Amino acid sequence: MSHIELTVNGEKRSDDVEPRLLLVHYLREVLGLRAANVGCDTTSCGACTVLLDGKSVKSCTVLAVQAAGHDVTTAEGLASAGELHPVQAAFRQHHGLQCGFCTPGMVMATVGLLSENPDPTEMQVREALEGNLCRCTGYHNIIKAVLAAAEAAQASAWAAGIEESA
Amino acid sequence: MIPAQFEYVAADSAEHAISLLVSHGDDAKLLAGGHSLLPMMKLRLAAPELLIDIGGLTELAGVATDGDELVIGATTRHADLAASELVRAEAPLLAYAAAQVGDPQIRHRGTIGGSLSHADPAADLPMALVALGGSVTLQGPGGTRTVPADDFFLGYFETVVQPDEVLVAVRVPRRPGVPWGYQKFVRRANDWAIVGVAAIDGRIALANMGPTPLRAIAAEQALAAGASVADAAEHAADETSPGEDMHADREYRRHLARVLTRRALEHQTG
Amino acid sequence: MSILGTRVLRTEDPKFLTTGGVYTEDVTDDRLAGAYHVFFVRSPVAHARVNSVDVSAALDAPGVVAAFTGADLADQPVIRPAAAGLMNVEMIQRLLATDKVRFVGEPVAVVVTEHPYQGEDALELVEVDYDPLPAVLGFDPDDSSLLFEAAGTNVAGNWGDASQLKQDLFDGCEVVVSHTIVNQRLAPAPMEARAGAAVWGEDGRLTAWIPNQGAQGTRSGLAKLLGLEASQVRVITPDVGGAFGAKFGADPEHAVLGWIARRLGHPVRWAETRYENLISMTHGRAQQHTVTIGGSRDGNVAAYRLEIVQDAGAYPKIGAILPFLTILMTTGPYDIPKAEAVAKVVVTSTTPIGAYRGAGRPEATAAIERAMDLFAAEIGVDPAEVRRKNLLAPFTEPHRTAFGALYDTGDYAAALDKALAAAGYADLREEQKRRRAIGDVRQLGIGVASYVEITGMGDGDDTPPQENATVEVHPDGTATILTGTSPHGQGHATAWAMLASDELGIPVDKFTLKWGDTDLIPEGGGTGGSRSLQQGGAAVQQAAQELIEMARLRAAAQLEANAADLVFDKSRSAFAVAGDPEASVPLTQLAEDERLLVRAVFSAPGATFPFGTHVAVVEVDTETGKPTLRRVVTVDDAGVVLNPLLAEGQRHGGIAQGAAQAFVEEVVYDADGNPLTTSFADYPFLSATEVPSFELADMATPTTYNPLGAKGIGEAGSIGATPAVQNAIIDAVAHLGVRHIDLPVTSRRVWTAIQQAAAAGSGSEH
Repeated sequence: MSHIELTVNGEKRSDDVEPRLLLVHYLREVLGLRAANVGCDTTSCGACTVLLDGKSVKSCTVLAVQAAGHDVTTAEGLASAGELHPVQAAFRQHHGLQCGFCTPGMVMATVGLLSENPDPTEMQVREALEGNLCRCTGYHNIIKAVLAAAEAAQASAWAAGIEESA
Repeated sequence: MIPAQFEYVAADSAEHAISLLVSHGDDAKLLAGGHSLLPMMKLRLAAPELLIDIGGLTELAGVATDGDELVIGATTRHADLAASELVRAEAPLLAYAAAQVGDPQIRHRGTIGGSLSHADPAADLPMALVALGGSVTLQGPGGTRTVPADDFFLGYFETVVQPDEVLVAVRVPRRPGVPWGYQKFVRRANDWAIVGVAAIDGRIALANMGPTPLRAIAAEQALAAGASVADAAEHAADETSPGEDMHADREYRRHLARVLTRRALEHQTG
Repeated sequence: MSILGTRVLRTEDPKFLTTGGVYTEDVTDDRLAGAYHVFFVRSPVAHARVNSVDVSAALDAPGVVAAFTGADLADQPVIRPAAAGLMNVEMIQRLLATDKVRFVGEPVAVVVTEHPYQGEDALELVEVDYDPLPAVLGFDPDDSSLLFEAAGTNVAGNWGDASQLKQDLFDGCEVVVSHTIVNQRLAPAPMEARAGAAVWGEDGRLTAWIPNQGAQGTRSGLAKLLGLEASQVRVITPDVGGAFGAKFGADPEHAVLGWIARRLGHPVRWAETRYENLISMTHGRAQQHTVTIGGSRDGNVAAYRLEIVQDAGAYPKIGAILPFLTILMTTGPYDIPKAEAVAKVVVTSTTPIGAYRGAGRPEATAAIERAMDLFAAEIGVDPAEVRRKNLLAPFTEPHRTAFGALYDTGDYAAALDKALAAAGYADLREEQKRRRAIGDVRQLGIGVASYVEITGMGDGDDTPPQENATVEVHPDGTATILTGTSPHGQGHATAWAMLASDELGIPVDKFTLKWGDTDLIPEGGGTGGSRSLQQGGAAVQQAAQELIEMARLRAAAQLEANAADLVFDKSRSAFAVAGDPEASVPLTQLAEDERLLVRAVFSAPGATFPFGTHVAVVEVDTETGKPTLRRVVTVDDAGVVLNPLLAEGQRHGGIAQGAAQAFVEEVVYDADGNPLTTSFADYPFLSATEVPSFELADMATPTTYNPLGAKGIGEAGSIGATPAVQNAIIDAVAHLGVRHIDLPVTSRRVWTAIQQAAAAGSGSEH
């Protein structure tokens, strides 16, 4: 067994794990954070996407031991005080989810995307989500949701900028 | 979906990793980003008994200049390579290739050292390194050696790296402003190339046209002899015997190699 | 202002977006505490005798509590072929293979471990001795290698009689075109693979958590597989991560799970890997069509014949019945004076075929839409024009086709015109002409597909299609709906709440929807065949209306007024005496002394027939053959739309799946029957990069078959998109002499077709 210490959704964790324990299973089975799902065997589908030190990663292809000393954020850690995170709100507004299985991964990939590229074009959004597969939506509304979330973030940043300079 | 059991050690230096490799030999594998190795282990195509994690060795990551070369640490992530101002300015073909690997999540984890060691002939970075005429620095118990890209890849998933060596750095010539081209023909965004071509400075490298990334020698020679891009590209598949799979038969692969080589020589990316 | 017809956001979403759906693998329940984990040993060969199965080494592995083989389950009922009576009765399956395996992936043995990580370790230790036999493959498998010796043939059965086909069907046709085309095998590949959890109670009942499309059907399926009475089984349906037709009923694995739970007296769980999902969840489609179409040079189609071969896979399941639906929809939206269709069903050493979005109807549409384009190419008339000439005239009284389908309402020409206008068809043809004239490397292709499809079919026996709903109002102002449908992404919690809210005046977010627990809702038809809104939704509306009438009597008593003098004010959700708004009683108050609920059953007169036209625009790189999908413009008329947000979502998803079938997806087997597409790296599941945003035009021709005026929308997108995209890619290179390319129309196939046409020397302009 290996001992790991890491932060998950802002909370410090300390656990003993098998080296082969995948991060996704650590989150789901040890911590009970089951929003991230396992959808494939080949690092293809992205349903397991979480943020590791703020960057989107596929937690099925990260060992829990590799996350030791790092920060993990899952979908459960996005909303605060019962309010949906702006990306989550945009997905709801634009019907960017149907069965929901790909959704937490899709949302985390989006949060990761917008932190690196706050004003993406439609094509950039599509390319940024090529590692997140969805069978239900045909991606149409997911793209709309991401672009809306980007726009809302731009608008609030602009407004915050106005406030600051006022 | 779950790897076989193994022991895990986080190396505290390259020397530490090497000493572990020396004592465990073939039973041990290095782990950096884990995005070539872990997928294989999850499918039980690989089952090392010990994983030596060098992913935390920051001294093995980063991009620097060294005379007329860029030196890229082996554990540099694809995303960082793709975003590096220095690489984009002086070896843009390499930055572009790194940006083609998989998807953003994979690029946040995968490393250049891991990708080159994995040596998938259909992958982006091996082809890019061969096109650039770069080299790989290996460190072992006896010291360090540098292997040119043309000599590094031996066969499918096989390189010159010895069981007791760590790939520590990658070197590429600095070529600011030199035109280049890159073509990756895929069925679907996340796929490995059905055929890939990278071209710069008279060198043309092909992906998935053989067991290693190949140089399109006949096409290069035609170019050097003054042939037009279109004529030179007609020789891109000469002397190649590409594999056949459900995506392409031999003839289609050769055809793609010729078309994509022409486009790469016209400095197109896509 | 009614909320019906408006874009109400889903009440389901906050949960899915934050803590995530609770899918079967996520379920935590006291009854499952300490559950063991079940792993299946599956055949690695397509066709073989099983000489021996040795689990002794596995039993010694860490954490293994048990292992079972086919011999242990030999006394369980056999699984008989679907469409018994029509399909060969010898083609039976066992829960775990005993003497033979018939497809790669067939379950052979099972190990049970304490911890899920121990399972794959243990599987490696099970030794099975196989005696390989020649694989049985293709649409015309010869009988030299029989999948079922006792059957004496690899033909499972027939629909219709090929000897009755008329030799003179095409007499008098100036032009006759015939072609054999393939509607390829697909993997439904929902994002959530199959899973299950099972426990036997002290009361001798099995409780099973299974992702499914109808708990009641899954319960009967499970009971039958285990030789139990349905009353001995309770199925609970967690959130389901997509199904697309492949999660109906119960699979052998679910039954084995239940058997193990009883045998060990201990709860058990199972979750398949994506590899297992791609090779042992039922596949879809896999039909071969020989289409023959004849008519006059000016474009009138006089005759059409469809000869189908259905590859049912190793065991005849729903796949064996699909041709019945294909034949039913043979002529689609067209008025063709003479038409006939037959089907042969064969078994092969491949994964059994089940339902997959459209289930038999996409096949019919793909066949006739290809035939229309082949005919149009032969006579040199624009394919949209040929369609317009042959579409059935608009009708408001039901129209019965020669194949027995009774179309309720339809205006196919209007759908065609609307789609063409939305696409800017004339401009597209101009652009295509321009590119052809200059020999542009990137050619433009425009594909048209008109379709009509059958939804809300009912069970096929003598009961009319129907669904039940129970609506209950609670004193605290909330309400509960019980439905016999089984949502897995369609948004029924919101949609049914809208319908009930519109009657009861209770806000949408005060409703809770319950489904999928057979103890709570013993009857129901589930969700599939695009039935839910037109039957399940209608039942909810009916129950709510009846509830108001029941409540009215209580209100009358309470207000000491005549029921006839009361009005129900939806805006206040209260009854009031007409002319005296102060004399009122809230609806919820009428639930205080006695429960206020109504169970209603809505019966439809029959199936409904949504229709539409899809126009696809593709670019083909003629140097590499690679097609790129640029636009998909659709009209999908499914009658009155309850919630445009949800309806559009269904259309988008269907279009993407239909397009995927057209140009990338395919399950591939090698010559030995080994599947090659066994992961999402190999099976080309589309990403967001391969499809554009879609353009939906709206059209709503109501049906009279239910008060909502609604038909089914769930499958329409996948039915129209496949032929539209296929036709578009072929159209892009038609000027180079290409007439047909089989599905999926991949880069390689396009390039090969271009080469072959060039070699044949026919490069004519149209």
